[in-house]
Amino acid sequence: MSVRKSTGLTYADVTPRSVYLDRRKFLSGLGIAGLAAVAGKRLLDLVVPSRSVYAGTKLTTIKGPFSTDEKINSFNDVTHYNNFYEFGVDKDQPAKNSQKFVTSPWTVSVSGEVKKPRKFSMDEILKLAPLEERIYRHRCVEGWSIVVPWIGFSFSTLANLVEPTPKARFVAFESYYDIGQMPLGRYAGISLPYVEGLRLDEAMHPLALLCVGMYGETLPNQDGAPVRMIVPWKYGFKSIKSLVKIRFVKDQPPTTWNMYSSQEYGFYSNVNPEVDHPRWSQARERRLPEFFKTHKTLMFNGYADQVASLYAGMDLRKNY
Amino acid sequence: MHTLLSSKWLVSKWTKALLFLLCLGPLAAIIWPFVRGYTIPNPLEFIQHATGDWTLRFLVITLSVTPLRQLLRLPELIRFRRMLGLFAFFYACLHFTTYLWFDKVFDVHEIWKDVYKRPFITVGFLAFTLLIPLAITSTAGWIRRLGGRRWRMLHRAIYISAVCGVIHYYWLVKSAVIRPLLYAALVGLLLAWRVGEWLLRRRRTALANTVPQRTPINAAQ
Repeated sequence: MSVRKSTGLTYADVTPRSVYLDRRKFLSGLGIAGLAAVAGKRLLDLVVPSRSVYAGTKLTTIKGPFSTDEKINSFNDVTHYNNFYEFGVDKDQPAKNSQKFVTSPWTVSVSGEVKKPRKFSMDEILKLAPLEERIYRHRCVEGWSIVVPWIGFSFSTLANLVEPTPKARFVAFESYYDIGQMPLGRYAGISLPYVEGLRLDEAMHPLALLCVGMYGETLPNQDGAPVRMIVPWKYGFKSIKSLVKIRFVKDQPPTTWNMYSSQEYGFYSNVNPEVDHPRWSQARERRLPEFFKTHKTLMFNGYADQVASLYAGMDLRKNY
Repeated sequence: MHTLLSSKWLVSKWTKALLFLLCLGPLAAIIWPFVRGYTIPNPLEFIQHATGDWTLRFLVITLSVTPLRQLLRLPELIRFRRMLGLFAFFYACLHFTTYLWFDKVFDVHEIWKDVYKRPFITVGFLAFTLLIPLAITSTAGWIRRLGGRRWRMLHRAIYISAVCGVIHYYWLVKSAVIRPLLYAALVGLLLAWRVGEWLLRRRRTALANTVPQRTPINAAQ
């Protein structure tokens, strides 16, 4: 029989279960100690910034229409400054948190008021039309902008294949959402899956791009892989990422940011320097990575010649 | 813990010097990526968010000095309160300067329009403005000139400043309200603690006043 030596401890020395289970909380509860720890981690993050390498697949493209000759942003800017709340609300979070996002196999279902509803695999989408490179300005509602060489083709190419019926007046888009792959989606503050919508004539406009790549490669996960919309005359949040569902519908569909705060984010959300966001001016923008807001924001983000006629006779202050 | 934070260690001048350097850490972390030439896609936003965050953190730290002194029975912690408060002001100044300089390029008309039209700027402006007299009167000379009672009254403005700072943050974010709510909880807790203290003190004085009435009854028995 083994005899245990007494440790000299009594039951009173046992850490209460609640304290043990809450030991992390307890530590941070010390306030200064917790804040110092946070500061330390932040410092470490800054000293050794994370820079991921992306193995995108090269895409063969032809030169598309509507390209701007403005200076293109660096690939690094466009892949490390993202609003993709499913992967975290900070701009640098999607780059870190989306790396394991599974984008293959991938299908996009197209249904609703169409003669030929169907599902498209990613392979099918890539072969629907010659892939065009289009260099577009991209203006975020937050007041910054970038210039990106997107790859894709006009959304109308896909729409024509499913043959919308005369009843179709709007197009509703839906993003992929899986809490298992996107656990931070819980803290996004907006309801997910992300949904967006366009009027049919907007969606059918040749500028509206069904986008499958950028910078000569397939889309990085944090930029909305594997397929997304790019609607360059509207604020960035209208350009839905990681698209899985497209429905042609009779009535104006609900859209995520509009549901969150309808006074701040309208259904149209066309870039408009004269209509301010209730909390900030939209007159100027910061072209990343510049320090100052040196760029004047242009009506319809500079695409007025192409799209202004879509809104002829409409009060754009009311239909913001 | 008391061995770690023993009074002797706390009153050492080196501790204060060390804390001073520690408080400069966030500033170093903000400057560092620029020195090293790391590409930051939105440098202004990075500076604005970092300085804003650290202003709120230092306000929270400053407000926790008094509760911590009592809870940990370490009255010596008072030695650091002024410095911590001044660091809150320091980071607030940096935050405000980046707004004036880089965002508005010192355009007074634009700034007034902003303060007038945008509630989140208004409360942020108020939070900053309230800190100015506190920073000015933080010296021993000013405490003497004002008298302890009036000085303490004035410096309660930090409560309003902290609350305004949290509202400023809450109104600024698009939908990610978790962090501003965390600050709200911290500031709320620290202010609630003070209300609790005040109520306790009032009850104690009330009790103390009833004692003399009781004594004669006891004496009669």
